[in-house]
Amino acid sequence: MLIGHQPKPFLLAVEALTVSFDGFKAVNNLSFYVEENEIRVIIGPNGAGKTTVLDLICGKTKATSGSIQFRGKELTKLKENQIVQTGVGRKFQTPSVFEDLTVFENLEISYPRGRTVFGSLAFQRDDAVRQRVEEVAEMIFLKDRLDTYADQLSHGQKQWLEIGMLLIQDPELLMLDEPVAGMSVSERAKTAELLNRIIKDRSVLVIEHDMKFVEDIAHKVTVLHQGQILSEGTMEKVKNDPKVIEVYLGH
Amino acid sequence: MIITSRFFNRSELIGFIALAAVLFVILPLSLDVFRLNLVAKYLTYAFVAIGLVLCWGYGGILSLGQGVFFGLGGYCMAMFLKLEASSVENTKIQSTPGIPDFMDWNQITSLPLFWQPFHSLTFTIAAIILVPGLFALIIGTAMFKRRVGGTYFAIITQAVAAILTILIVGQQGYTGGINGMTDLRTLRGWDIRPDHAKIILYFFEVFLLFVCIGIAQFIRLTKLGRILVAMREQEDRVRFSGYSVANFKIFAFCMAAIFAAIGGAMFALNVGFMSPSFVGIVPSIEMVIYTAVGGRMSIFGAVWGSLLVNFAKTSLSESFPQLWLFGLGALFIAVVLAFPNGLSGIWADYVQPRIDRLLASRKSKAGAWADNSVADGAPAE
Repeated sequence: MLIGHQPKPFLLAVEALTVSFDGFKAVNNLSFYVEENEIRVIIGPNGAGKTTVLDLICGKTKATSGSIQFRGKELTKLKENQIVQTGVGRKFQTPSVFEDLTVFENLEISYPRGRTVFGSLAFQRDDAVRQRVEEVAEMIFLKDRLDTYADQLSHGQKQWLEIGMLLIQDPELLMLDEPVAGMSVSERAKTAELLNRIIKDRSVLVIEHDMKFVEDIAHKVTVLHQGQILSEGTMEKVKNDPKVIEVYLGH
Repeated sequence: MIITSRFFNRSELIGFIALAAVLFVILPLSLDVFRLNLVAKYLTYAFVAIGLVLCWGYGGILSLGQGVFFGLGGYCMAMFLKLEASSVENTKIQSTPGIPDFMDWNQITSLPLFWQPFHSLTFTIAAIILVPGLFALIIGTAMFKRRVGGTYFAIITQAVAAILTILIVGQQGYTGGINGMTDLRTLRGWDIRPDHAKIILYFFEVFLLFVCIGIAQFIRLTKLGRILVAMREQEDRVRFSGYSVANFKIFAFCMAAIFAAIGGAMFALNVGFMSPSFVGIVPSIEMVIYTAVGGRMSIFGAVWGSLLVNFAKTSLSESFPQLWLFGLGALFIAVVLAFPNGLSGIWADYVQPRIDRLLASRKSKAGAWADNSVADGAPAE
């Protein structure tokens, strides 16, 4: 090895990650690496362990063994809210927004300030907060719905709102679980446009089934099957991998 | 924008004025001292109900053990009053003068160590807040950090209420047992039993109630209030927005405990005794019913709920002592099924819109009159 040539540090390094639920290994000895500003898409058949991988990274599920390093920090030892504070944001599969609060309040809660009990008591809605909320609301096509209660939004708008709630956190790693599922064709196009805008300057980990969408955005694709990596690489390479065609793309 | 910097919005302001008028003016003017003292007793539960609005209505944490905190606050106050009532001259017929009578009956010959600091009123006031607050902090930390919630939490709080009752009844040498602490007389030499004292205590209690309403309203309007609502709906989303959900739940539970304790302390002062029958499972559930009937999302609703259910309880239990508890149970079921937001929900859904419409039509009529002011006769007001 050349002296002075250091391998580029990865933003996220998942190594030998295993989780077993009552003996069933949902994720089995999984390793993969995500670079800075990389868009990685995880695909795979149902039950492949895709969502579980995201759950493990964001701390929702505790790993049985293995390590997850984010910027050199071991995430498996942190609590969910601490993981968020290191810069990992997670969007869930079903839109999870606060329906009894307005769009403004939804976004405001996600604004990264006053996150302790007493911090939130002292939290003031100042110009910086208002400005940022309006900025994000414009990005997610909800600028004129700021005072609308979230339960009155359409499914697609809820998905955008949740993406907006992640944006306002400004995470370095954004994890999206099927962001276009259940959306209409026009909403899909708008979401792709939205995602293409927000993935700048950050790494994104996406689970998606819509292959056209995957082709549009992915830098690299990881195919999971039974908790393990079946194939990894560019979309072109993965698409032509006979193993992938057999278990996933073939039908 | 609906976001206003005002402390109360218009309908809340009306609610505030209405409640203040009823409690400060109408009831004291229209009721005799005996009835006013009953109202004072009902209002002690309003403190608990306000706490439950924050904890249960907003935070979604159902506690079926608020009687524990009501009791802790009440017993702290009662211990101070009891010590004052047990001066050496008052108790000279006892075999050990200077200690509370029930200790003497239980062959205890000196004041237990944990009773000693209750000679001080300052300590007592601090204890009324801190003892229940710390106890709630311990229970809350033990439960919420382990992610125990929902029904499991409710059952555990109920178990705590049962345990505390058994403890109080069993340790009668230290607590007065099943009879509780009776014959409370003076507060720093000021007799709390005569009519004028009862009136002063009533007004003091209503004042404290409004302080608590103010605190609860303040919390509701901060970001913390919105996080409580958010947490009730989507706990995970709050967690993955970078908040420690457990800490927020602990806070809400502690606040509810402190409010309940203030209510308990006022109970001891206004009613003149404290007993385990206000600590256990049944009173704890009744407190939840007051909140549910009034509306668990409404601070003012909770106060009305406590007043009305207790009024009904007093009048109905006098006429139908056997049936009253069934009635209370039926009321709870009916409210939960038909009016999940209680009286305040009925008000907001049915009464408020009508008033608004009435006002709006009057305004437009008034406008029309103003336009052709000299048309014909004066409008009938």
